[in-house]
Amino acid sequence: MSDHIPGAPRALWNPYAAGFLLGLVLLTSFLVTGRGLGASGAFASAATWIAGVLSPEHVAANAVHAKYWNEGAPLASFLVFLAAGLFAGALGSGWQARRLGWRIERGPQVTDAQRLALAFAGGLVVAFGAKIARGCTSGQALSGGAMLNVGSLVFMLAVFAGAYALAYVARKEWL
Amino acid sequence: MFPLAAAVDFSLGAELAIAFALGLGFGFSLERAGLAGARKLTAVFYLYDMAVVKVMFTAIVTAMTGLALFSALGLLSLSEIYIEPTNVAAQLVGGLLFGAGFVFGGYCPGTSIAAMATGRKDGMMFALGVLCGVYAYAELTPALDAWYKAAVQGEITLPSLSGVGMAAWTLAFIAFLAAAAWGMRHIEARFAAWRPRQS
Repeated sequence: MSDHIPGAPRALWNPYAAGFLLGLVLLTSFLVTGRGLGASGAFASAATWIAGVLSPEHVAANAVHAKYWNEGAPLASFLVFLAAGLFAGALGSGWQARRLGWRIERGPQVTDAQRLALAFAGGLVVAFGAKIARGCTSGQALSGGAMLNVGSLVFMLAVFAGAYALAYVARKEWL
Repeated sequence: MFPLAAAVDFSLGAELAIAFALGLGFGFSLERAGLAGARKLTAVFYLYDMAVVKVMFTAIVTAMTGLALFSALGLLSLSEIYIEPTNVAAQLVGGLLFGAGFVFGGYCPGTSIAAMATGRKDGMMFALGVLCGVYAYAELTPALDAWYKAAVQGEITLPSLSGVGMAAWTLAFIAFLAAAAWGMRHIEARFAAWRPRQS
């Protein structure tokens, strides 16, 4: 039996099934490369690449940029290609399930412009959090969590604590 | 024999190809679960849809189980796996900031890439914000990197801290996941009224 309407988006996977697949991907990463997944590192590489286009001397003088310089090829890094694969994988999955489309995700009580401004501001704050904590939901929470890394578990609890503490303030953006 | 990277010297091309292939699976899993969209992601903070926790927790426990099994069979040297050294203050402060940005921004760095790929303009703005943020961090606060190193506690895991091995912790986490799955069903039912009408 099928109640699927032709052309309509397909149903999402059961979250436990998707999580199991993600766990297998993460395990494969550990077994093959000796490290887990990560996402924020790709943004750091991209920022350093931009800084290098503007001024290579400045990159050499800045300790944070220098870490991602990769001998002049900041984009030829593991985490940048991982992010490119992430983009392609999500695009392929969304295309197959008919879930692609230009849109803005927001609740009914904010305007598109307000939502876009909050998305940008949120990204700025998330970037600082990830830089200070040395990783994000991928590198710290997922990868470090699977290795029972104490710092990663602290990070994960702090992320949820910070978000839940402000969920009431942010409710008009989403509900 | 695992991790392979400890025994085999991958060429740069091979390393980048492996990265891309892993990324494909990463992005596919996130999109399949609906985690390319901010409303599904932030639903976890309003308790009517706990998909974020279900996906993350299942992924962590799955990978943990595999690591424990391969290690118990003598196929994997856990000490060869890279982990970020712990700095509790950094992970606490950074995590709180990250959570604050997450609930307003609607994404984390990885999910914002999936959001861009599927056409979400708010995901693009978030990713632009992350890019500007990491750039600003490098320009404005490079001293924080030095502080992290100076105050770091080193590589600490629950097994090293407790003296209880990976296998026992894994069993505990499986039991915890089962209990959480049961609990989340009740939480979602309790807060179902907050679920948006359409979508």
